[in-house]
Amino acid sequence: MADREIIAPASEAEAADIIREAAASGTTLEIAGGGTKRGIGQPFEADRTLSSAALSGITEYNPAELVLTARAGTPVAEIEAALGENGQMLAFEPGDWRGLTGMDGTPTVGALAAANISGPRRISAGAARDALLGVRFVNGRGEIVKNGGKVMKNVTGLDLVKLMAGSWGTLGFLTEVSFKVLPRTGTEETLVIHGATDGEAANLMAAALGTSTEVSGAAHLPEGVAKRVGLDGGAATLLRLEGFAESIAVRLDRLRAALPGAPGTSVLDEARSRSAWKRVRDVEPFAGTGRPLWKVSVAPMAGHDVAAMVLREVQGEAFFDWQGGLVWLQLDDGNDAAPAIVREAVAKCGGGHATLVRAPEAVRASVPVFQPQPVPVAALSERVRAALDPAGIFNPGRMVWNGGRKAA
Amino acid sequence: MDKIRFLEPRADIVARREEIRTGLANVVPADCLVTDERELVPFETDAFTAYRRVPLAVVLPETTEQVAAVMKYCTDNGVPVVPRGAGTSLAGGAIPQEDAVVIGVSRMSCILEVDYENRTARVQAGVTNLRISDEVSADGFFYAPDPSSQLACTIGGNIGMNSGGAHCLKYGVTTNNLLGVTMVLQDGTVIELGGKALDAEGYDLLGLVCGSEGQLGIVTEATVRLIAKPEGARPVLFGFDSSEVAGACVADIIGAGIIPVAIEFMDKPAIDICEAFAHAGYPMDVEALLIVEVEGSEDEMDAMLSRIIAIARKHNVKRVRESQSAIEAAQIWKGRKSAFGATGRVADYICMDGTVPLGQLSHVLRETANIVEKYGLRVANVFHAGDGNMHPLILYNVNDPEEAEKAEAAGAEILKLCVDAGGCLTGEHGVGIEKRDLMLHQFTETDLNQQMAVRAAFDPGWLLNPSKVFPLDLDMRKAG
Ligand SMILES: Cc1cc2nc3c(=O)[nH]c(=O)nc-3n(C[C@H](O)[C@H](O)[C@H](O)COP(=O)(O)OP(=O)(O)OC[C@H]3O[C@@H](n4cnc5c(N)ncnc54)[C@H](O)[C@@H]3O)c2cc1C
Ligand SMILES: Cc1cc2nc3c(=O)[nH]c(=O)nc-3n(C[C@H](O)[C@H](O)[C@H](O)COP(=O)(O)OP(=O)(O)OC[C@H]3O[C@@H](n4cnc5c(N)ncnc54)[C@H](O)[C@@H]3O)c2cc1C
Repeated sequence: MADREIIAPASEAEAADIIREAAASGTTLEIAGGGTKRGIGQPFEADRTLSSAALSGITEYNPAELVLTARAGTPVAEIEAALGENGQMLAFEPGDWRGLTGMDGTPTVGALAAANISGPRRISAGAARDALLGVRFVNGRGEIVKNGGKVMKNVTGLDLVKLMAGSWGTLGFLTEVSFKVLPRTGTEETLVIHGATDGEAANLMAAALGTSTEVSGAAHLPEGVAKRVGLDGGAATLLRLEGFAESIAVRLDRLRAALPGAPGTSVLDEARSRSAWKRVRDVEPFAGTGRPLWKVSVAPMAGHDVAAMVLREVQGEAFFDWQGGLVWLQLDDGNDAAPAIVREAVAKCGGGHATLVRAPEAVRASVPVFQPQPVPVAALSERVRAALDPAGIFNPGRMVWNGGRKAA
Repeated sequence: MDKIRFLEPRADIVARREEIRTGLANVVPADCLVTDERELVPFETDAFTAYRRVPLAVVLPETTEQVAAVMKYCTDNGVPVVPRGAGTSLAGGAIPQEDAVVIGVSRMSCILEVDYENRTARVQAGVTNLRISDEVSADGFFYAPDPSSQLACTIGGNIGMNSGGAHCLKYGVTTNNLLGVTMVLQDGTVIELGGKALDAEGYDLLGLVCGSEGQLGIVTEATVRLIAKPEGARPVLFGFDSSEVAGACVADIIGAGIIPVAIEFMDKPAIDICEAFAHAGYPMDVEALLIVEVEGSEDEMDAMLSRIIAIARKHNVKRVRESQSAIEAAQIWKGRKSAFGATGRVADYICMDGTVPLGQLSHVLRETANIVEKYGLRVANVFHAGDGNMHPLILYNVNDPEEAEKAEAAGAEILKLCVDAGGCLTGEHGVGIEKRDLMLHQFTETDLNQQMAVRAAFDPGWLLNPSKVFPLDLDMRKAG
């Protein structure tokens, strides 16, 4: 991606001025935080880069209110440190994808909102979008807009906060975000089931999530992947419990009892559990390569079928998070990411979506990176985009494939 | 009391009333269409009963296709549409207007699929909230959001209002438990958003629809998340010498890293009213009560409760009542759950619904008392303290126009107070027509114009539930 002139406004008002001018002159803007995910999405051209880097700092944080507000360019590390000092966390557990994307840079909190990325605790604690309570942003007209708030419950008007979450910088330039935060979960342990097939693992995870033991992470790692996460003994199905130590012990017993017929099991203590889940969260088994990587989201019971269907046709490997509903699928080079095969498998297995998170730029330019939408939904989405950015100046073409032509 | 303005019904539509009714009869079966004046009366208002308008017609469809056919007819003929679930909105969200067709989803009440392995249920929009939990309870599951109206209100209405309840502190509100919808757009197009797969790529239209108060489309089916029931649940009752101390205790519990499933608050007037009605055995010598509920195994509950009780003791708690049995637990909840009904027996009241940051609870309670006293009225406070969702019930005499006006004025002042304290106008009941004209206290005109532009992306002709949510002047300008 070509390097562009980078402008980093020091205030929201300055950002609004820049954007108003850009809209008037038809100048397009790439929106960036730390730029660590620049390679995600449809390749596109923009005249200039608008960075949140100079909009940094936590603006409000009262731990007893469980809300943290920060300027969009605040490094995630700074947020984590402030939360850590108060025994709190972002419950959606977003991963550090720098290993995955191979990009350096400082991940920012605004981008956490814009990319709506959630880790293993997604299945019990919700997504980034669920934790995002309020936003301030500059729309494509250069107007400063606020939506949502800094309280847990709020139904005052349309929830544009949700729209901004996962919009990848195509609807507005976020200047400030408020996240709900939660107390850290105490300690954790993970029950590992060894040697289950992908299909057996799906059943085991479903049974586990159907108990009252409050499993806060359920992943399945086929043998080769398990090894890279530091787990020997064949395939590993991981079930995480968090909370008071006493209660974990009781729940572990109940969990075992609820999984009759499970092959051998073992338990990861706190340190090993944390390290295993961090690797799952950061997609570490598939980091450090440039191979095509798909993030596939389907119904939990369908994940292993999707993977099997794809891997029958092309070489590669998969592992499963979110009770099996999140499939990380790394394909070998040389098949141009096989989008038709991947998406057909998703469709045949009850629907969902597949995102091409990583692939050479030429490949990403030649296929829809995000799951194509049915025509009426795509049309509606385009009208929504135009309601926020009528001149189309933000990240033009990052989310929508234009048939392989690069944007002018 | 008719202070809230309504749009003038469009004369051209009203003049074509018979033609429109005939047109509707051509697109839906006869038994789905209500036009008889007497039968229209139940639809003239919702639970915001001070305002009433008889709609032009009511359609009670049984299928998505019928909803689509009616929507297309209404778009083609420029007829406004008001979506309706059970009509329990406290903000006037489902109040019709004389030139509008009400589309009520109450007959679409089938549970279409329960899928325990994927932990989802797909239901028609008219299924009541409680029915979902009832359906899956024997198998150890439940649907989490639990508005107090859950026996009557529909999932469609819950989505319309993004409803919540006492247990949302831990489990979140509707938007956090909704996975997908089938929805009919204003022009009759049927779309699917979300489903059993999490976090669809593309703009989160599902999140936008949730809480949109029937302005973006009519939801006909929903996929919701099922959760495994906890092993046990136990409430504890705490009595304090003052509301402020109780408020501070709430902040301390949360600050200590404990998230119970519910923290409910009652002040002295509310305790008196509820106890007289429910005989729950509430202590009468305290100024404020907290009901704190925890979940889990016996050991977990013991551990959590001992920490919570220790915090309450630091705040000089005067009475602590741990429930020793399911019957006692039910007793403790009974008083709280009957609060609205019990209050209605002693006086007329309007129920406010602002939210505030937890640290502001005490301040807002104190100022609320001052405001209400200034108007010479009384207030009972009963609310979800854990997430700062306040419900001051302002008591007045509905037959005294002057008092009614004062109650409304006091209510507006209290909501502004919530906003000024860093909170917002409504936490769960919605804006409807009730708080429409207060919106400019929380938002700028630019903020609201942006919301309205997004609304117009769904409904350019401004036909869906018009004159709700946005201040009427802004709204009319946008609607052209
Ligand atoms: C030490 C460390 C540990 C980490 N671990 C965690 C962790 O445990 N928890 C955690 O929360 N995160 C963690 N992360 C990283 C995090 O998950 C993401 O990588 C990060 O948020 C990406 O930010 P970025 O600014 O580089 O994104 P970019 O690549 O700049 O942007 C990503 C997308 O968002 C858009 N965007 C960026 N800024 C804005 C804006 N202001 N307005 C609108 N759109 C915008 C862009 O246009 C682009 O589409 C960690 C990072 C570090 C440094
Ligand atoms: C005694 C009492 C207690 C209450 N307690 C609570 C509480 O604890 N928490 C809470 O959140 N609320 C509470 N409410 C308010 C009310 O019950 C909720 O807002 C409820 O979700 C409304 O559901 P309904 O089916 O009655 O919808 P309605 O009142 O019919 O409609 C509500 C809104 O949703 C829209 N709508 C309805 N159906 C659809 C559909 N299918 N598609 C699109 N839009 C639709 C309507 O146009 C309207 O704007 C209470 C109400 C009462 C009377």
